[in-house]
Amino acid sequence: MKPPAFEYLAPRSLEQAVAALADGEAKVIAGGQSLVPMLNFRLLAPSLLVDINRIPGLDFIEADDDGGLRIGALTRHYTLETSILVQERFPVLRAAMAHVAHLAIRNRGTIGGSLCHGDPAAELPGLALLLDAQLKTTQRTVAAVDFFESALSTVLADDEILTEIQLPAPTPRTGWGFEEFARRSGDFALAAVGATVSLSGDAVAEARIVVIGAHDTPLRVSAAEALLTDRASIAAAAAAARDAVSPNDDLHASADYRRHLVGVLTRRALTAAWQRAAAPS
Amino acid sequence: MRYLEAGKRHTVRFTLNGRAVEREAEPRLLLSDFLRQHLGAFGTHVGCEHGSCGACTVRVDGKAVRACLLYAAQVEGKAIETVEGLATPDGLNALQAAMQKHHGLQCGFCTPGILMSLSQLHAEEPDADEARIRDVLSGHICRCTGYHGIVQAALDVFGKD
Repeated sequence: MKPPAFEYLAPRSLEQAVAALADGEAKVIAGGQSLVPMLNFRLLAPSLLVDINRIPGLDFIEADDDGGLRIGALTRHYTLETSILVQERFPVLRAAMAHVAHLAIRNRGTIGGSLCHGDPAAELPGLALLLDAQLKTTQRTVAAVDFFESALSTVLADDEILTEIQLPAPTPRTGWGFEEFARRSGDFALAAVGATVSLSGDAVAEARIVVIGAHDTPLRVSAAEALLTDRASIAAAAAAARDAVSPNDDLHASADYRRHLVGVLTRRALTAAWQRAAAPS
Repeated sequence: MRYLEAGKRHTVRFTLNGRAVEREAEPRLLLSDFLRQHLGAFGTHVGCEHGSCGACTVRVDGKAVRACLLYAAQVEGKAIETVEGLATPDGLNALQAAMQKHHGLQCGFCTPGILMSLSQLHAEEPDADEARIRDVLSGHICRCTGYHGIVQAALDVFGKD
Protein backbone atom coordinates (compact mmCIF):
# COMPACT_ATOMS: atom_id res chain seq x y z
CA MET A 1 0.00 0.00 0.00
CA LYS A 2 1.21 3.49 -0.83
CA PRO A 3 0.44 5.49 2.34
CA PRO A 4 1.91 4.77 5.78
CA ALA A 5 -0.43 3.20 8.34
CA PHE A 6 -2.66 5.54 10.33
CA GLU A 7 -5.68 5.43 12.60
CA TYR A 8 -8.86 6.84 11.10
CA LEU A 9 -11.57 8.77 12.87
CA ALA A 10 -14.75 10.19 11.34
CA PRO A 11 -16.18 12.48 14.04
CA ARG A 12 -19.74 13.78 13.86
CA SER A 13 -19.08 17.11 15.54
CA LEU A 14 -16.36 19.76 15.69
CA GLU A 15 -16.00 19.12 19.43
CA GLN A 16 -15.15 15.47 18.76
CA ALA A 17 -12.72 16.48 16.00
CA VAL A 18 -10.92 19.06 18.14
CA ALA A 19 -10.61 16.61 21.02
CA ALA A 20 -9.05 14.04 18.69
CA LEU A 21 -6.56 16.58 17.31
CA ALA A 22 -5.25 17.39 20.77
CA ASP A 23 -3.74 13.95 20.99
CA GLY A 24 -0.64 12.88 19.07
CA GLU A 25 0.42 13.49 15.50
CA ALA A 26 -3.07 13.89 14.07
CA LYS A 27 -3.97 15.51 10.77
CA VAL A 28 -7.32 16.80 9.50
CA ILE A 29 -8.47 15.45 6.15
CA ALA A 30 -11.10 17.45 4.26
CA GLY A 31 -11.06 16.95 0.48
CA GLY A 32 -7.65 15.31 0.71
CA GLN A 33 -6.60 16.44 -2.76
CA SER A 34 -3.22 17.70 -1.50
CA LEU A 35 -2.93 15.60 1.67
CA VAL A 36 -3.47 12.18 0.08
CA PRO A 37 -0.78 12.68 -2.60
CA MET A 38 1.63 13.67 0.19
CA LEU A 39 0.65 10.53 2.11
CA ASN A 40 0.97 8.40 -1.03
CA PHE A 41 4.52 9.73 -1.43
CA ARG A 42 5.07 9.19 2.31
CA LEU A 43 6.08 12.82 2.77
CA LEU A 44 3.91 12.78 5.90
CA ALA A 45 3.18 10.08 8.44
CA PRO A 46 0.39 11.21 10.76
CA SER A 47 -0.63 8.73 13.44
CA LEU A 48 -4.30 9.65 13.04
CA LEU A 49 -6.43 11.06 10.22
CA VAL A 50 -9.43 13.05 11.44
CA ASP A 51 -11.92 12.98 8.56
CA ILE A 52 -14.20 16.02 8.92
CA ASN A 53 -16.36 15.13 5.90
CA ARG A 54 -19.15 13.68 8.05
CA ILE A 55 -19.47 16.72 10.34
CA PRO A 56 -22.74 18.45 9.45
CA GLY A 57 -23.02 22.19 8.95
CA LEU A 58 -19.66 22.94 7.32
CA ASP A 59 -20.78 22.89 3.67
CA PHE A 60 -22.76 26.03 2.85
CA ILE A 61 -22.72 29.33 0.98
CA GLU A 62 -24.87 31.96 2.70
CA ALA A 63 -25.57 35.55 1.72
CA ASP A 64 -25.09 38.32 4.26
CA ASP A 65 -27.69 41.10 4.16
CA ASP A 66 -24.98 43.69 3.53
CA GLY A 67 -23.69 42.01 0.35
CA GLY A 68 -21.02 39.74 1.79
CA LEU A 69 -20.87 35.94 1.78
CA ARG A 70 -20.21 33.32 4.41
CA ILE A 71 -18.77 30.08 3.05
CA GLY A 72 -18.46 26.86 5.03
CA ALA A 73 -14.95 25.43 5.14
CA LEU A 74 -16.09 22.10 3.68
CA THR A 75 -17.60 23.72 0.57
CA ARG A 76 -16.22 21.97 -2.51
CA HIS A 77 -14.41 23.85 -5.27
CA TYR A 78 -17.08 22.69 -7.73
CA THR A 79 -19.80 24.24 -5.55
CA LEU A 80 -17.92 27.56 -5.47
CA GLU A 81 -17.35 27.38 -9.22
CA THR A 82 -21.04 26.84 -9.98
CA SER A 83 -22.62 28.99 -7.21
CA ILE A 84 -24.86 31.79 -8.47
CA LEU A 85 -24.26 33.70 -5.22
CA VAL A 86 -20.49 33.57 -5.78
CA GLN A 87 -20.91 34.61 -9.40
CA GLU A 88 -23.14 37.56 -8.44
CA ARG A 89 -21.20 38.87 -5.47
CA PHE A 90 -17.58 37.81 -6.08
CA PRO A 91 -17.15 37.09 -9.80
CA VAL A 92 -13.38 37.25 -9.33
CA LEU A 93 -13.63 34.14 -7.17
CA ARG A 94 -15.65 32.39 -9.87
CA ALA A 95 -13.02 33.37 -12.44
CA ALA A 96 -10.18 32.06 -10.28
CA MET A 97 -11.94 28.72 -9.65
CA ALA A 98 -11.73 27.94 -13.36
CA HIS A 99 -7.96 27.66 -12.89
CA VAL A 100 -8.08 25.24 -9.95
CA ALA A 101 -6.98 21.79 -11.14
CA HIS A 102 -9.66 19.71 -12.88
CA LEU A 103 -13.26 18.54 -12.53
CA ALA A 104 -12.50 15.49 -10.38
CA ILE A 105 -10.26 17.51 -8.05
CA ARG A 106 -12.79 20.35 -7.84
CA ASN A 107 -15.53 17.87 -6.97
CA ARG A 108 -13.62 16.80 -3.91
CA GLY A 109 -11.28 19.64 -2.87
CA THR A 110 -12.57 22.17 -0.33
CA ILE A 111 -12.01 25.89 0.23
CA GLY A 112 -11.01 25.30 3.84
CA GLY A 113 -8.57 22.57 2.87
CA SER A 114 -6.90 24.77 0.28
CA LEU A 115 -6.53 27.66 2.74
CA CYS A 116 -5.16 25.45 5.53
CA HIS A 117 -2.75 23.70 3.14
CA GLY A 118 -1.45 27.17 2.27
CA ASP A 119 0.22 26.41 -1.05
CA PRO A 120 1.61 29.78 -2.23
CA ALA A 121 0.92 28.84 -5.88
CA ALA A 122 -2.74 27.95 -5.20
CA GLU A 123 -5.55 30.32 -6.13
CA LEU A 124 -7.74 30.28 -3.00
CA PRO A 125 -5.17 31.60 -0.48
CA GLY A 126 -4.52 34.51 -2.85
CA LEU A 127 -8.24 35.14 -3.30
CA ALA A 128 -8.77 35.14 0.47
CA LEU A 129 -6.12 37.86 0.73
CA LEU A 130 -7.50 39.81 -2.24
CA LEU A 131 -11.06 39.76 -0.87
CA ASP A 132 -9.95 40.59 2.68
CA ALA A 133 -11.51 37.40 4.03
CA GLN A 134 -12.03 36.79 7.72
CA LEU A 135 -11.30 33.18 8.60
CA LYS A 136 -13.35 31.77 11.45
CA THR A 137 -11.90 28.82 13.34
CA THR A 138 -12.91 26.77 16.36
CA GLN A 139 -10.92 29.27 18.48
CA ARG A 140 -11.02 32.73 16.88
CA THR A 141 -11.45 34.78 13.74
CA VAL A 142 -8.26 35.62 11.81
CA ALA A 143 -7.86 38.01 8.89
CA ALA A 144 -6.47 36.33 5.77
CA VAL A 145 -3.53 38.75 5.85
CA ASP A 146 -2.49 37.28 9.24
CA PHE A 147 -3.27 33.64 8.37
CA PHE A 148 -0.47 32.53 6.05
CA GLU A 149 2.97 32.27 7.66
CA SER A 150 5.10 30.70 4.96
CA ALA A 151 4.83 28.01 2.30
CA LEU A 152 2.41 25.29 3.52
CA SER A 153 2.27 26.90 6.96
CA THR A 154 -0.49 28.88 8.67
CA VAL A 155 -1.16 30.26 12.15
CA LEU A 156 -3.61 27.45 12.93
CA ALA A 157 -2.85 25.55 16.13
CA ASP A 158 -2.64 21.74 16.00
CA ASP A 159 -6.12 21.38 17.48
CA GLU A 160 -7.75 24.28 15.64
CA ILE A 161 -10.10 23.79 12.68
CA LEU A 162 -11.09 26.39 10.10
CA THR A 163 -14.89 26.45 9.93
CA GLU A 164 -16.02 29.44 7.88
CA ILE A 165 -14.72 31.97 5.38
CA GLN A 166 -16.34 35.39 5.60
CA LEU A 167 -16.09 37.68 2.59
CA PRO A 168 -17.01 41.30 3.32
CA ALA A 169 -19.22 43.12 0.82
CA PRO A 170 -17.30 44.88 -1.95
CA THR A 171 -17.71 48.65 -2.08
CA PRO A 172 -19.77 50.03 -4.98
CA ARG A 173 -17.95 50.53 -8.28
CA THR A 174 -15.38 47.82 -7.59
CA GLY A 175 -13.96 46.09 -10.64
CA TRP A 176 -11.84 42.96 -10.70
CA GLY A 177 -9.28 41.12 -12.78
CA PHE A 178 -7.71 37.69 -12.42
CA GLU A 179 -4.89 36.53 -14.67
CA GLU A 180 -2.95 33.30 -14.40
CA PHE A 181 -0.24 31.61 -16.37
CA ALA A 182 0.35 27.87 -15.99
CA ARG A 183 2.19 25.48 -18.29
CA ARG A 184 -0.86 23.27 -18.73
CA SER A 185 -4.55 23.71 -17.98
CA GLY A 186 -5.14 23.01 -14.29
CA ASP A 187 -1.48 23.07 -13.26
CA PHE A 188 -0.36 25.22 -10.36
CA ALA A 189 0.33 28.78 -11.48
CA LEU A 190 3.81 29.81 -12.53
CA ALA A 191 2.39 33.15 -11.50
CA ALA A 192 -1.09 34.61 -11.10
CA VAL A 193 -2.36 38.04 -10.16
CA GLY A 194 -5.73 39.09 -8.76
CA ALA A 195 -6.67 42.75 -8.59
CA THR A 196 -9.61 44.85 -7.50
CA VAL A 197 -10.03 48.56 -8.17
CA SER A 198 -12.67 50.64 -6.40
CA LEU A 199 -13.45 54.04 -7.90
CA SER A 200 -14.93 57.10 -6.26
CA GLY A 201 -15.69 59.68 -8.92
CA ASP A 202 -12.61 59.51 -11.13
CA ALA A 203 -10.30 58.76 -8.21
CA VAL A 204 -9.12 55.40 -6.93
CA ALA A 205 -10.73 54.77 -3.55
CA GLU A 206 -8.90 51.49 -3.09
CA ALA A 207 -6.76 49.15 -5.18
CA ARG A 208 -5.75 45.68 -4.11
CA ILE A 209 -3.17 43.61 -5.97
CA VAL A 210 -2.29 40.08 -4.87
CA VAL A 211 0.45 38.00 -6.48
CA ILE A 212 0.27 34.19 -6.37
CA GLY A 213 3.20 31.86 -6.98
CA ALA A 214 6.04 34.35 -6.60
CA HIS A 215 6.58 34.38 -2.83
CA ASP A 216 6.31 31.88 0.03
CA THR A 217 2.79 33.14 0.74
CA PRO A 218 0.29 34.97 -1.43
CA LEU A 219 1.61 38.53 -1.49
CA ARG A 220 -0.24 41.83 -1.45
CA VAL A 221 1.92 44.41 -3.24
CA SER A 222 1.06 47.71 -1.57
CA ALA A 223 3.93 49.52 -3.32
CA ALA A 224 2.18 48.85 -6.63
CA GLU A 225 -1.27 49.66 -5.24
CA ALA A 226 -0.06 53.10 -4.08
CA LEU A 227 1.05 54.01 -7.61
CA LEU A 228 -2.38 53.42 -9.11
CA THR A 229 -3.95 56.87 -9.34
CA ASP A 230 -5.51 56.87 -12.79
CA ARG A 231 -5.82 54.65 -15.79
CA ALA A 232 -2.51 55.85 -17.23
CA SER A 233 -0.68 54.69 -14.10
CA ILE A 234 -1.46 51.00 -14.66
CA ALA A 235 1.87 50.41 -16.43
CA ALA A 236 3.82 51.97 -13.55
CA ALA A 237 1.89 49.93 -10.99
CA ALA A 238 2.55 46.74 -12.96
CA ALA A 239 6.26 47.53 -13.11
CA ALA A 240 6.27 48.12 -9.35
CA ALA A 241 4.58 44.76 -8.76
CA ARG A 242 7.20 43.08 -10.93
CA ASP A 243 10.01 44.75 -8.98
CA ALA A 244 8.43 43.93 -5.61
CA VAL A 245 8.55 40.15 -5.94
CA SER A 246 11.53 37.84 -5.44
CA PRO A 247 10.44 34.49 -6.79
CA ASN A 248 12.65 31.40 -6.79
CA ASP A 249 14.14 29.54 -9.71
CA ASP A 250 12.76 26.05 -9.96
CA LEU A 251 12.21 23.22 -12.40
CA HIS A 252 9.23 24.96 -13.98
CA ALA A 253 10.46 28.53 -14.51
CA SER A 254 13.32 30.88 -13.74
CA ALA A 255 12.95 33.70 -11.24
CA ASP A 256 13.39 36.23 -14.06
CA TYR A 257 10.61 34.66 -16.08
CA ARG A 258 8.28 34.62 -13.08
CA ARG A 259 9.05 38.31 -12.40
CA HIS A 260 8.29 39.12 -16.01
CA LEU A 261 5.00 37.23 -15.75
CA VAL A 262 4.05 39.17 -12.61
CA GLY A 263 4.49 42.46 -14.50
CA VAL A 264 2.46 41.34 -17.51
CA LEU A 265 -0.29 39.67 -15.48
CA THR A 266 -0.59 42.68 -13.13
CA ARG A 267 -1.03 45.01 -16.09
CA ARG A 268 -3.73 42.77 -17.56
CA ALA A 269 -5.52 42.26 -14.24
CA LEU A 270 -5.51 45.99 -13.43
CA THR A 271 -6.71 46.88 -16.93
CA ALA A 272 -9.63 44.48 -16.60
CA ALA A 273 -10.40 45.68 -13.07
CA TRP A 274 -10.35 49.31 -14.15
CA GLN A 275 -12.65 48.65 -17.10
CA ARG A 276 -15.16 46.83 -14.89
CA ALA A 277 -15.03 49.53 -12.20
CA ALA A 278 -15.54 52.32 -14.73
CA ALA A 279 -18.31 50.54 -16.66
CA PRO A 280 -21.79 51.90 -15.97
CA SER A 281 -23.57 49.37 -13.77
CA MET B 1 -18.22 8.61 15.60
CA ARG B 2 -16.43 5.98 13.54
CA TYR B 3 -12.94 4.96 14.70
CA LEU B 4 -10.73 2.54 12.76
CA GLU B 5 -7.56 1.15 14.26
CA ALA B 6 -4.37 1.39 12.20
CA GLY B 7 -3.11 -1.77 10.50
CA LYS B 8 -6.37 -3.68 11.05
CA ARG B 9 -9.07 -4.43 8.53
CA HIS B 10 -12.50 -2.93 9.06
CA THR B 11 -15.78 -3.52 7.28
CA VAL B 12 -16.78 -1.00 4.62
CA ARG B 13 -20.27 -1.00 3.12
CA PHE B 14 -21.26 0.84 -0.04
CA THR B 15 -22.86 0.18 -3.42
CA LEU B 16 -20.79 -0.55 -6.51
CA ASN B 17 -22.72 0.08 -9.71
CA GLY B 18 -25.97 -0.39 -7.81
CA ARG B 19 -24.95 -3.61 -6.07
CA ALA B 20 -24.48 -3.64 -2.29
CA VAL B 21 -20.91 -4.47 -1.29
CA GLU B 22 -19.46 -5.31 2.11
CA ARG B 23 -15.74 -5.93 2.34
CA GLU B 24 -12.87 -5.34 4.74
CA ALA B 25 -10.17 -2.70 4.28
CA GLU B 26 -7.33 -1.17 6.27
CA PRO B 27 -7.77 2.57 6.89
CA ARG B 28 -4.89 3.39 4.52
CA LEU B 29 -6.20 1.32 1.60
CA LEU B 30 -6.91 3.56 -1.39
CA LEU B 31 -10.28 3.21 -3.09
CA SER B 32 -8.46 2.49 -6.36
CA ASP B 33 -6.61 -0.49 -4.85
CA PHE B 34 -9.75 -1.59 -3.00
CA LEU B 35 -11.70 -1.77 -6.25
CA ARG B 36 -9.02 -3.68 -8.13
CA GLN B 37 -7.41 -5.90 -5.52
CA HIS B 38 -10.33 -6.66 -3.20
CA LEU B 39 -13.36 -6.43 -5.48
CA GLY B 40 -11.86 -7.56 -8.78
CA ALA B 41 -13.19 -4.45 -10.50
CA PHE B 42 -10.28 -4.04 -12.89
CA GLY B 43 -12.01 -1.48 -15.10
CA THR B 44 -10.67 1.31 -12.90
CA HIS B 45 -7.06 1.82 -13.94
CA VAL B 46 -4.21 3.01 -11.74
CA GLY B 47 -1.66 5.36 -13.28
CA CYS B 48 0.20 8.00 -11.28
CA GLU B 49 -1.40 7.32 -7.87
CA HIS B 50 -1.20 10.98 -6.88
CA GLY B 51 -4.13 12.55 -8.66
CA SER B 52 -2.46 13.85 -11.82
CA CYS B 53 -3.28 11.42 -14.61
CA GLY B 54 -7.03 10.82 -14.21
CA ALA B 55 -6.94 7.10 -15.08
CA CYS B 56 -8.56 6.02 -11.80
CA THR B 57 -11.50 8.45 -11.97
CA VAL B 58 -14.77 6.95 -10.67
CA ARG B 59 -18.04 8.56 -9.59
CA VAL B 60 -18.98 8.84 -5.92
CA ASP B 61 -22.59 9.91 -5.37
CA GLY B 62 -22.57 11.07 -8.98
CA LYS B 63 -19.41 13.20 -8.80
CA ALA B 64 -16.24 12.21 -10.65
CA VAL B 65 -13.35 11.81 -8.21
CA ARG B 66 -9.86 10.34 -8.23
CA ALA B 67 -10.06 6.89 -6.61
CA CYS B 68 -6.35 7.19 -5.74
CA LEU B 69 -7.05 10.24 -3.56
CA LEU B 70 -9.77 8.65 -1.47
CA TYR B 71 -9.55 5.92 1.13
CA ALA B 72 -11.87 2.95 0.96
CA ALA B 73 -12.97 3.73 4.52
CA GLN B 74 -14.24 7.12 3.37
CA VAL B 75 -16.86 5.74 0.98
CA GLU B 76 -18.90 4.03 3.71
CA GLY B 77 -22.55 4.37 2.68
CA LYS B 78 -21.77 5.98 -0.68
CA ALA B 79 -22.78 5.00 -4.21
CA ILE B 80 -19.73 4.21 -6.37
CA GLU B 81 -19.96 3.97 -10.14
CA THR B 82 -17.13 2.63 -12.27
CA VAL B 83 -16.73 1.99 -15.99
CA GLU B 84 -18.17 -1.51 -15.47
CA GLY B 85 -21.54 0.10 -14.73
CA LEU B 86 -21.82 2.16 -17.92
CA ALA B 87 -22.95 -0.42 -20.45
CA THR B 88 -26.69 -1.08 -20.83
CA PRO B 89 -28.34 -4.47 -21.43
CA ASP B 90 -28.30 -3.52 -25.11
CA GLY B 91 -24.54 -3.00 -25.18
CA LEU B 92 -22.27 0.05 -25.00
CA ASN B 93 -23.82 3.30 -23.80
CA ALA B 94 -23.80 6.35 -26.06
CA LEU B 95 -20.45 7.69 -24.82
CA GLN B 96 -18.76 4.31 -25.09
CA ALA B 97 -20.15 3.73 -28.58
CA ALA B 98 -19.01 7.19 -29.68
CA MET B 99 -15.49 6.52 -28.36
CA GLN B 100 -15.41 3.36 -30.47
CA LYS B 101 -16.81 5.07 -33.55
CA HIS B 102 -14.39 8.02 -33.42
CA HIS B 103 -11.31 6.02 -32.47
CA GLY B 104 -11.17 7.77 -29.10
CA LEU B 105 -8.83 5.14 -27.73
CA GLN B 106 -5.87 3.04 -28.73
CA CYS B 107 -4.41 1.28 -25.71
CA GLY B 108 -7.46 2.10 -23.59
CA PHE B 109 -5.59 2.80 -20.37
CA CYS B 110 -7.02 6.28 -19.87
CA THR B 111 -10.46 5.49 -21.28
CA PRO B 112 -12.36 4.37 -18.14
CA GLY B 113 -11.40 7.54 -16.28
CA ILE B 114 -12.31 9.75 -19.22
CA LEU B 115 -15.68 8.03 -19.55
CA MET B 116 -16.45 8.62 -15.87
CA SER B 117 -15.64 12.35 -16.05
CA LEU B 118 -17.61 12.75 -19.28
CA SER B 119 -20.50 10.83 -17.66
CA GLN B 120 -20.80 13.41 -14.89
CA LEU B 121 -20.50 16.23 -17.41
CA HIS B 122 -23.19 14.69 -19.60
CA ALA B 123 -25.52 14.17 -16.64
CA GLU B 124 -25.12 17.76 -15.42
CA GLU B 125 -24.35 19.72 -18.59
CA PRO B 126 -25.73 17.73 -21.54
CA ASP B 127 -25.26 20.76 -23.81
CA ALA B 128 -21.61 21.39 -22.87
CA ASP B 129 -19.68 22.92 -25.78
CA GLU B 130 -16.29 21.92 -27.10
CA ALA B 131 -14.41 24.37 -24.85
CA ARG B 132 -16.11 22.95 -21.76
CA ILE B 133 -15.49 19.37 -22.93
CA ARG B 134 -11.82 20.14 -23.49
CA ASP B 135 -11.62 21.79 -20.06
CA VAL B 136 -12.94 18.60 -18.45
CA LEU B 137 -10.67 16.39 -20.57
CA SER B 138 -7.67 18.42 -19.40
CA GLY B 139 -7.91 16.41 -16.18
CA HIS B 140 -6.93 13.27 -18.08
CA ILE B 141 -3.68 12.23 -19.71
CA CYS B 142 -3.90 10.16 -22.89
CA ARG B 143 -0.61 9.18 -24.52
CA CYS B 144 -2.05 7.60 -27.66
CA THR B 145 -4.74 9.60 -29.35
CA GLY B 146 -3.71 13.24 -29.31
CA TYR B 147 -7.20 13.76 -27.82
CA HIS B 148 -8.80 14.58 -31.18
CA GLY B 149 -10.85 11.38 -31.37
CA ILE B 150 -11.93 11.75 -27.75
CA VAL B 151 -13.19 15.28 -28.35
CA GLN B 152 -14.99 14.15 -31.50
CA ALA B 153 -16.62 11.30 -29.59
CA ALA B 154 -17.85 13.65 -26.88
CA LEU B 155 -19.15 16.15 -29.44
CA ASP B 156 -21.11 13.32 -31.04
CA VAL B 157 -23.00 12.76 -27.76
CA PHE B 158 -23.28 16.20 -26.16
CA GLY B 159 -26.00 18.57 -27.32
CA LYS B 160 -28.08 15.73 -28.78
CA ASP B 161 -30.81 15.29 -26.14
